[in-house]
Amino acid sequence: MAECRGLGHSVQRKEDARFIRGQGRYIDDVKLPGMLYLDIARSPYAHAKITRIHEETAMAVDGVAAVITGKTLEGFKLAWMPTLMSDQQMVLPVDTVKYQAQEVAAIVATSRYAAADGAAALEVDYDPLPVVVDPHEALKPGATKVRDDKDSNHIFHWEHGDADGTEAALAGCDTVVEQKMHLPRIHVASIETCGCVASWNPVEGHLTLYLTTQAPHAIRTVVALVTAHLGLAEHKIRVISPDIGGGFGGKVPVYPGYVLATAASVVTGKPVKWIEDRSENLQADSFARDYHITAKLGSKKGKVTALKLDTVADHGYSDAAANPSKFPAGLYHIATGSYDLANAHVSVDGVYTNKPPGGIAYRCSFRVTEAVHAIERMVDLLARENGEDPADFRLRNFIKPEQFPYQSALGWEYDSGNYGAALEKAMDMIGYQDLRAEQAEKRARGELMGIGISSFTEIVGAGPSKTFDILGIKMFDSAEIRIHPTGKAIARFGTKSQGQGHETTYAQIIAEELGIPPEDIQVEEGDTDTAPYGLGTYASRSTPTAGAAASIASRKIREKGRKIAAHLLEADEADLVWEQGKFYVKGSPDRAKTIQDIAFAAYTNHPQGLEAGLEAISYYDPPNLTFPFGSYICCVDIDRGTGQVKIRRFVAVDDCGVRINPMIVDGQIHGGLTMGIAPALLEEISYDADGNITGGNFMEYLVPTAMETPHWELGETVTPSPHHPIGAKGVGESATVGAPPAVVNAVVDALWHLGVRHMEIPMTPARVWDVLNEHGAAATR
Amino acid sequence: MIPPSFDYHAPDTLEEASRLLLANPEAKLLAGGHSLIPMMRFRLAEPAALVDLRRIPGLSGIREEGGSLCIGAMTCESALEKSDLVQSRYPLLADTTRVIADPVVRNLATVGGNVAHADPGNDHPATMLAYRASFVASGPSGRRTIAASDFFTGPFSTCLEEGEILTEIRIPEAGPGSGGAYQKFERKVGDYAVAAVAVQLQLDGGRVAGAGVALTNVGLTAIQAGAAEAALVGSDGGDAALDAAAEAAAAAADPADDHRGSADYKRAVVRVLTHRAASSALARAREAS
Repeated sequence: MAECRGLGHSVQRKEDARFIRGQGRYIDDVKLPGMLYLDIARSPYAHAKITRIHEETAMAVDGVAAVITGKTLEGFKLAWMPTLMSDQQMVLPVDTVKYQAQEVAAIVATSRYAAADGAAALEVDYDPLPVVVDPHEALKPGATKVRDDKDSNHIFHWEHGDADGTEAALAGCDTVVEQKMHLPRIHVASIETCGCVASWNPVEGHLTLYLTTQAPHAIRTVVALVTAHLGLAEHKIRVISPDIGGGFGGKVPVYPGYVLATAASVVTGKPVKWIEDRSENLQADSFARDYHITAKLGSKKGKVTALKLDTVADHGYSDAAANPSKFPAGLYHIATGSYDLANAHVSVDGVYTNKPPGGIAYRCSFRVTEAVHAIERMVDLLARENGEDPADFRLRNFIKPEQFPYQSALGWEYDSGNYGAALEKAMDMIGYQDLRAEQAEKRARGELMGIGISSFTEIVGAGPSKTFDILGIKMFDSAEIRIHPTGKAIARFGTKSQGQGHETTYAQIIAEELGIPPEDIQVEEGDTDTAPYGLGTYASRSTPTAGAAASIASRKIREKGRKIAAHLLEADEADLVWEQGKFYVKGSPDRAKTIQDIAFAAYTNHPQGLEAGLEAISYYDPPNLTFPFGSYICCVDIDRGTGQVKIRRFVAVDDCGVRINPMIVDGQIHGGLTMGIAPALLEEISYDADGNITGGNFMEYLVPTAMETPHWELGETVTPSPHHPIGAKGVGESATVGAPPAVVNAVVDALWHLGVRHMEIPMTPARVWDVLNEHGAAATR
Repeated sequence: MIPPSFDYHAPDTLEEASRLLLANPEAKLLAGGHSLIPMMRFRLAEPAALVDLRRIPGLSGIREEGGSLCIGAMTCESALEKSDLVQSRYPLLADTTRVIADPVVRNLATVGGNVAHADPGNDHPATMLAYRASFVASGPSGRRTIAASDFFTGPFSTCLEEGEILTEIRIPEAGPGSGGAYQKFERKVGDYAVAAVAVQLQLDGGRVAGAGVALTNVGLTAIQAGAAEAALVGSDGGDAALDAAAEAAAAAADPADDHRGSADYKRAVVRVLTHRAASSALARAREAS
């Protein structure tokens, strides 16, 4: 029998054959007969009253078939739509725009060119209104009110932990550090922008939606709920998510363009395509971060004791975050990180401003990046304040391996961990003590070199149904496996790959459980008509949820297979022993039936009293989240003339539990690290006082290229999750979450002797040079 | 990202191209297209017509002739990168072409387009000023040669007349004791410079006999830093001279605050890069002596 290549094999990615040959099918490859094209006219103002839309100016363009405005949609009660956080956002404004680049009208035309010309030709009269950009200003009495339907700009106050106990503990500390930090707005900037093709069949009353969505099933339900009053029903809606060129959280929300294309298809009776361009993607789609954090961390006799985080969260004009419903600040309360500390309190105040709506993740599990940034910066500061090396301080204060499962002060039960082992491995790999010696020599010569550590703990795999839901739908996920008579299989999932390699890793899980080689297993996702219901792929949840479902469904098949094998072998079920790929009779290993024999018999010779066929489905409700972790060490050199930070080395030791496909894991970490150093050094979307966006195209939104990316040095430890069927934890986001504070800590370390205690991100050359100049350390050569 | 509609012409001769430009005042010349087409896609430029130069013979090539390195205006950047002549004898030009955008762009973008587009952020204008290059243009009233120092009249504007087309760039032929360097500082590869400095030196008996110093993206046009040149000429190229030149270059810069940094920062970068470029140019000139 061929080796089944289950867990631990770097199987070549099955999906790559089509991707590298240009045979992937992305949203813009969907072309339907008679299709129309939709483009969107957008607001030049961050806040303005629309006094008139001159629809005739767009209609005058050759090929323009229709102009849709907020007033058109209002007639169908579609001008507003609900967000995942129980807020609402405009599909199109009826009278007022709330941010620059907001959708103002949709132009439907017979070609993409005509639609673009129509959008450019549309004349709109505006009366500009006062703008509020800074969330702190927005909270002051008398501030310009962003939302006419709300009493103030304050959206919510959320807090968690023991406030009084934490204050008391901080008061009892001998050392307390305090620091403000801002994690600016950034954008996932996936290589494929968002888009859709809506195809309404008026005869059947059926809607097919091809969508760039990470969560096709949830989207179908949302569409059914918001269009029920128009007569659409869930069984008449089919959402198809084709190949996706990167999601990272940005393809979880419903964007106005999707609704507009759908409305346009219903109105015209023709398929309508909307494909966003790069500027629209960066300027109007959901952003990530934008947390203003005030952090306090205290220690007593060198032991970390208490953490307090107070946070102002800028959500733009609507809370369109994509969090589980009960978590307005996501999983921010993982903020105690890898440290054994007894007292913690976190609070978040959400604020409206005249900016695009959002608060989605950027390759992280709901605000974990913000939490990790805060704790890893603060631990570094506290170590220094205690006069201790940041590595030694961490090693002393980590949660110890024997403390797992560990109850955190903020209520999580960490499943497993060995934090010291990961950090020590990273220190060995990079030669930590040698680097410290080199740094001392360089410092004596006036050169700037720094070493930074980040020992993060993630929280992924949302989530257990008792606390995790989105709009009431529990956050389980699913696998449905059907074995064909010849022993080949098809497996369908409620998740949706955006490049993660599901077609390979899921097949490997099934291979491990059933002994069918991965190439014999067809994996499908993304079609709501065929795949079982699931909540989709984000927050590193696919392996913890749908991957577990693959295991459980496989085991159900194996148990039915046992009955069939017993029938074929004329043996008692209890006497059969499973060995990967076959059952044999205890004591007689040559009396065996392979999974392929069993599959054939399931259709040709099944035992009487047993149903024919060999298939199973699992909706897996995880008992807990998983807690991947790791230690990263970054070494930087700083050019005193230009302020440029160069990452010389970056060692990443990751522990994601059991590794299914080590090559894919390494690839996830490579990509994640690149997306991790990006906000530390390059990426930011900012606004001027009038709410004009900067960073709205790739000239200004600086995504790292291969040239800015250092050589990654990867290491691993393996601490299985005790509650996951195969011990896996999820790895898609660890590196994005863990990397930024390692870079910041390295830069602050390089500048520490000058008196620098903190750096805001992105640490652009100009920003670093300003600090050097301020401290008299800028060079002229 | 979709431009408005436009007419497209691809004439076979320079005369025909000039005629088309004169007949269509809203027309634009298309060379490599890597500045113009993005501007059209953003609808920042909406030319009524494009006059594509690609079919006109004789507009590309690199050769030494009559005391000059002659570069056809339609020569693409990657041709400079692959040219042994440029790589071995014209280090300032070799440095410059290597830091323009990225390899994919350099396969199509042209030297003439980079110069004639006259974007203060483009890299060749400063290099050509430092080289004391001249430009050959052809138009309705015939051919003329224009000194680089007379060519750039403002952001995105040159002294080319209506219907006039840049055809060739001439750089004085490299001789013994000459050397140059281009130092560009950018936020990421492919970005326009925060600041960049071109330095071209001529040594004679161990002393600097001639110097060209010019700056990229710190003013409305590329800036020739005459005082920095003066600080170098006659010196032995020691640190004091380099520091003086760097200081003078920083003073000559006229940058604005923007996302790449404050004016003060950019001036500081000019100072640092001038020192570094001059050091490198000196080393190369000594090697070529």
